[in-house]
Order: sequence, then C-alpha cells, then structure tokens
Amino acid sequence: MAKSQVSMKVNGKTVEELVEPRTLLIHFLRDQLNITGPHIGCETSHCGACTVDLDGKSVKSCTVFAVQANGADIRTIEGMANADGTLHALQEGFREMHGLQCGFCTPGMIVRAYRLLQENKSPSEEEIRYGISGNLCRCTGYQNIVKAIQFAAAKLHGVPFQEAAE
Amino acid sequence: MIPGAFAYHRPTSVKEAVGLLAQLGDDGRALAGGHSLIPMMKLRLASPAHLVDLAGIAELKGTRSDGNDIVIGAMTTQHDLAGSELLGAKVPILRETSLQISDPQVRYVGTLGGNVANGDPGNDMPAVMMCLGASYHVMGKGGERRIAARDFYQGAYFTALEGGDVLTAVRIPVPAAGHGYAYEKLKRKIGDYATAAAAVVLTMSGGKVLSCSIGLTNVAETPLWAEEAVKILVGSALDAATVKKAVAAAEAITAPAADARGPAHYRTKMAGVMLTRALARAKARARG
Repeated sequence: MAKSQVSMKVNGKTVEELVEPRTLLIHFLRDQLNITGPHIGCETSHCGACTVDLDGKSVKSCTVFAVQANGADIRTIEGMANADGTLHALQEGFREMHGLQCGFCTPGMIVRAYRLLQENKSPSEEEIRYGISGNLCRCTGYQNIVKAIQFAAAKLHGVPFQEAAE
Repeated sequence: MIPGAFAYHRPTSVKEAVGLLAQLGDDGRALAGGHSLIPMMKLRLASPAHLVDLAGIAELKGTRSDGNDIVIGAMTTQHDLAGSELLGAKVPILRETSLQISDPQVRYVGTLGGNVANGDPGNDMPAVMMCLGASYHVMGKGGERRIAARDFYQGAYFTALEGGDVLTAVRIPVPAAGHGYAYEKLKRKIGDYATAAAAVVLTMSGGKVLSCSIGLTNVAETPLWAEEAVKILVGSALDAATVKKAVAAAEAITAPAADARGPAHYRTKMAGVMLTRALARAKARARG
C-alpha cells in the first residue's frame, strides 16, 4: 500500500515521515520516532498506557492512525519536563507521593493528568478519579496516584500540598 | 495488533465524501472518531480496503439552534456534547449520557454521529435519540433525507443507512422547559457497555405525567422505544403501582443476549431497575 506523507509536531519538534495508512500512532511514535514513553499495554483502547496529548485532547494512541494525526501537535511524557530540565510538577508529584510502583502506566497517567489539570485547575478527589478513569494501574490501587495529582495541582497553584487525614 | 492495509482518503466536503463512498461501494467505510471501527479493524473483524476520514469536513462540526430544534453536527465529540452550554441548558440528558460513555480519552475522540450510525446495540446515544424523538440527516447519492431515530435501527449493526450514505447531523426537538430527564446505566466498570440502561424524558403538570418518553439500551438487537410503558404512565402520578405496571411492559419488549454481563433474564430485570430509577430521578427534576 502506498505510503502517505505526514507532518506533525511532537514535543515541540516538527517531524515529517512517510507512513502506511494502517500504522497506528503508537507504533509510529515508538518504532519510527523512537519515542518509547507511551506504552503498549492492552492494545484494545482500555488501559490508557499509550495516552498522548493530541491538539489539547488526551487520546489513546493505539486507537488512532498516524495519518489521522497529520498536522497535529502532540505531547508525550518525553515532552513533560520544564525547559530548564527540571521535572514538571506532575512528575515531581509522582516521585514525592510514590505515585508509581512498576511504572508501566505512569507515562499515560501523567500525560492524562496534565490535560485534566489544564481543564480543571483544582479538581476534587472524585474529579481526579473520574478524570483518570481511562488509565489503569495494576500496582498502586490509585491512592498515591491521586495524591500525586493533588500534589501537582497544589504546586502549580504555588501552595504546599496538604495530605488529607486518612 | 495491526489492521489490514487500506487506502486513506480525507475529503473536505460532504459531497466529496458521498461521491467517494458511492464509488467505492462495499470496499469503503466512513471513519468518524474511529473508536468502534479501529478496534474492529485491529481484530480483523473489519478490513475495509478504503477509509474515508470525515474529520476534515468542517460542515460536520458544531451545534446550532434551528427553530424549536437543535442540530448537532455528526463529528461533534462526546467531550464537546458534555461541555456545550447550549445543550446543557436545552437538552441536559445529552450531557448526562455523554459522561457515562466509556472514559475521558474515548470521549475526546468518539463522535455523536459515529455512536448513532454504528448500529451497535451497546451504544448509548441511539436509545436517547429514540427517547427524544430525534431524526438523522443523511446525505446520499440522491441528496439529503431525514430518518427518524425510531425508524433507523433494524438489527445489530443494521440500520437504514445505504451504501454511499453519510449521516451528517442529528436533529433534536428541544424538550419542553421544565422537563425532567435521566439516563440510568448499569455497567460493570468504566469503559464497559451497559448491562442495561434506560433514558427517560417527561413533563409533569399538577403532579401528573403530561408527556413521557422512554428509550432502552443494550437489551435487544436494537435500541428500544418503550411505547406501551409510556401509555401506562401518561396521566398517572408515577405512583408505585403504575410504575410497576409500566416497568413490566418495558421489560416485556426486551430480548437481551446472554453474555459476560449476565444471563438474559437478569439483564431484562436490570432494564426494569434502571427504568424505575430513571423515572424517579426524572420526576424529581421535573417542574410542574
């Protein structure tokens, strides 16, 4: 099948590549661009490990063809750190609050939580849980992931994170 | 999982899309958000030789008022539906339903047009559209026609759409101000299709039901419009005995498949439970 020319911005850099129409965005990112932060978990649109930010939306890159993303602006976990190399508040939150154990779901979790905090600057615990309901974690039980996101929301507001009493 | 090879087309007008689909015949499929079609293609349950992506067609986007109707472009996403102030004010059941569809990532991409045109009995919007008395704008070789949602669904994945047709918009008559509504969905977990779900829109006057409509999701090969149940409820005060009778009438038209969501009789009973809850919540929300 003839390849199509695609051009998109990935983590601020413009890339131009030839792809087969059937190439899924996750395979394009991982195999063609060597951006391996987005993970292949279930491959069936359930787990959210492949989540990337695409034109201001959190999407599962296993369920989008690369040709559909032609012209898009994409951000993955590789593009999350601040320009000076310091960690983004969410990355710091996941470290400080132990928001990961095996770490497989973390890139998708952080990229999804990034968009959630863009849309809702101070989400309640319930809103966080609902907001990350498309991302599965099999280690943590989500408790520390929620805290990590609360930590980041507080930090982005310039206030210290107060852990709720348990 | 890698789908079969296909040629990709990205038309910029409905006319161009209809022309392409008509010419491609059975080899072509329209691609909306793709969150039903792409998983099917990955499993090789679908292997279209050509995909006609509707994402580049500006006229399929946006929501507008037209007289007493609201017209929603087919490529409007579930996320857009949930966030629309116009819809929140005029047809709030759409927001309530959208937020019960799958998960946030899917709602950013999944479209209203795809949801209603797919013909999967598990899709949530078709029963809501039957409940609201919506109609679909369909553009085909012979021009535009409108098909009532209540006449659209013929069987699992079989609809009134014909080869070359593109569903371009959904037209919803705005329910009366002060109406009550609810979409009650039982599902095993986030992202699952309904074990059973019920949509209710009603108006009350002097404590009695003035008008009512009921749609049921995923308890038959098609979404269901529960006409007999409605007849029982209109004029009543939604007292327990009448509700029970109406719920029995609604359960009687279900014919669910037994699957991982439970045996058929369980899913029928759950449709009844969802309807009972939806009626109570719609009544609590209705003025008059």
